[in-house]
Amino acid sequence: MTSEQLAWKICRHDVEITHISGGSHIGAVLSMADIMAVLYADVLRYRPEEPKWEGRDRFVLSKGHAGAALYITLAELGFFPVEELLTYYQNGSRLSGHVSHKVPGVDASTGSLGHGIGLAVGMAIAAKQDRKTHRVFTVLGDGECNEGSVWESAQAAANFQLDNLVAIVDHNHMQSLDFCERTLYSGSLADKWRSFGWNVIELNGHDHDALRAALTQKKAGQPIVIVAHTVKGNRIPFMEKDILWHYRFPHDGWEYDGAVNALHACKPEGVEDPYTPNGIENPVLPGPDADIYRDHTAGATYHPTWFQVQEVSK
Amino acid sequence: MRDGFIRTVLELAKTDRNIEMVTGDLGFGVLKPFWEAVPDQFINAGIAEQNMTSMAAGMALEGKTVYTYSIGNFPTLRCLEQIRNDCAYHEANVKIVCVGGGFVYGSLGMSHHATEDLAVMRSLPGIAVFAPADQAEAAAVARATAGYPGTCYIRLGRGGEKKVRESIEHFQVGKALPVQEGSGVAIFTTGDIYGEAAEAAVLLEEAGIRPTLYTFPTVKPIDRETILDCACRHELIVTCEEHNILGGLGTAVAEVLAESSAAAQLLRLGIEGSYCTAVGDQKYLRRLYGLTGEQIAQRILKELA
Repeated sequence: MTSEQLAWKICRHDVEITHISGGSHIGAVLSMADIMAVLYADVLRYRPEEPKWEGRDRFVLSKGHAGAALYITLAELGFFPVEELLTYYQNGSRLSGHVSHKVPGVDASTGSLGHGIGLAVGMAIAAKQDRKTHRVFTVLGDGECNEGSVWESAQAAANFQLDNLVAIVDHNHMQSLDFCERTLYSGSLADKWRSFGWNVIELNGHDHDALRAALTQKKAGQPIVIVAHTVKGNRIPFMEKDILWHYRFPHDGWEYDGAVNALHACKPEGVEDPYTPNGIENPVLPGPDADIYRDHTAGATYHPTWFQVQEVSK
Repeated sequence: MRDGFIRTVLELAKTDRNIEMVTGDLGFGVLKPFWEAVPDQFINAGIAEQNMTSMAAGMALEGKTVYTYSIGNFPTLRCLEQIRNDCAYHEANVKIVCVGGGFVYGSLGMSHHATEDLAVMRSLPGIAVFAPADQAEAAAVARATAGYPGTCYIRLGRGGEKKVRESIEHFQVGKALPVQEGSGVAIFTTGDIYGEAAEAAVLLEEAGIRPTLYTFPTVKPIDRETILDCACRHELIVTCEEHNILGGLGTAVAEVLAESSAAAQLLRLGIEGSYCTAVGDQKYLRRLYGLTGEQIAQRILKELA
């Protein structure tokens, strides 16, 4: 499977399983689908039939709320049956909303932000001490970088010269309530990582060639961070850059139909849709009262008098 | 106790390269032998306990047994969620070492009083909790925790504790250790408050009561067997700890007794009331909270009267 095909599969499964489960964080999964796809299609070393293989590259999803992106990837690559994805969020399932190490292929459970990168730092240190050649990858959210513990780990990684560690920040510029640029914003994220001693690569997080090139780079004595500019809700126009879709799931009707058909409009060659092979004929369309293409950020309606909420250009 | 513990971990580390010591920028004068002897098994994680703990968990998931070292509340409360999610939930071999349980750092002020640590650590599933009384117990705990699967919490004193016994014959995780057999009253202690309890025992004996005395180097899993056995043979069980009265050894013993049909009374001695605003050393603060040997003896005599 090519990275383009895998990325599309991540998006399509995610629409389906959030639709069925009422699960949150579809926007956060869609923004990092390309990152996950390039990592697992072209970069990481792993053996689906032997999830704990010693020589594998480690992967920690520090933004654990996008667990579906990892579950889908692992299922598509044969770590467990694809059908199991439909149990996401369900009673008795292995697939909790935030990522769980009880699932084959998942190296660490996360969900509370700012933990995964610390786990990854520890894994990278152990690999160095044991003279092992595998690498450790971790994906963080940009909102996650609000957490002070992220910067504790960033300092440690730089100090211990962990050139076997790669962090990717899914910089979709949005977090739970608002744009990052008006939530604890204090300057460029790339500049921050640079000042913490990391080798920073800034790129378009939906550009597979750029991701491939960056993810295979190595610089002796320095950890790498890829600040990947992405679009929250990518590939589904009415979800893009709309904070509503951090929590909302595609409901029956225009939301689900519109999401599926948006994906079919960008389906790469050679990939099958297991749920709606030809998209949805006669989709329900959003009515005049549909809550669509509106600004749902907190900053749109938050007007304190003691400081100026930043204007953000979308 | 602290030095003996570190010395024992170092002995173990010399023969097992997977044993590591990670400090949160503390241990001046204590950890030097460790980093000099086994530098590849020592890391200073800086003043960053959250990362120290997640990092230790990550190392443990790769096969290491990692001791995290700091003082007071820094290795526990400061990074509680990292302990819960990254260490305990992953069953990671992280052994959290706190130097300065209770009022060891008394004069440094409230921030440095580790007086709720046992309760908080005890409440987390998947964590064994230890508070040795002296050098020998500390060494035994060091050896036991190195081979005990999963996450452990070890609360240490700083040094100069009263020696409990010459040597420990059979140390077992989850087993209390007898000091002396008596009748009427059984005193259970954990950590270095043992010295005060031992003094109380002498005073009680002078008053005609020879108490049974046990140390509990393991607070969790709690030794139900010893508690229930003592509860059948004594009219009064006394728990003694340099810890808040809520959630520590006294609570653990109360939980066992409450679910039994034992008739013994329970007297829990510990820190009661609000946070400590007084300034003073360990001995001074113990007196303030009624935890010196003399006060313990008086409280027991009053209870028996």
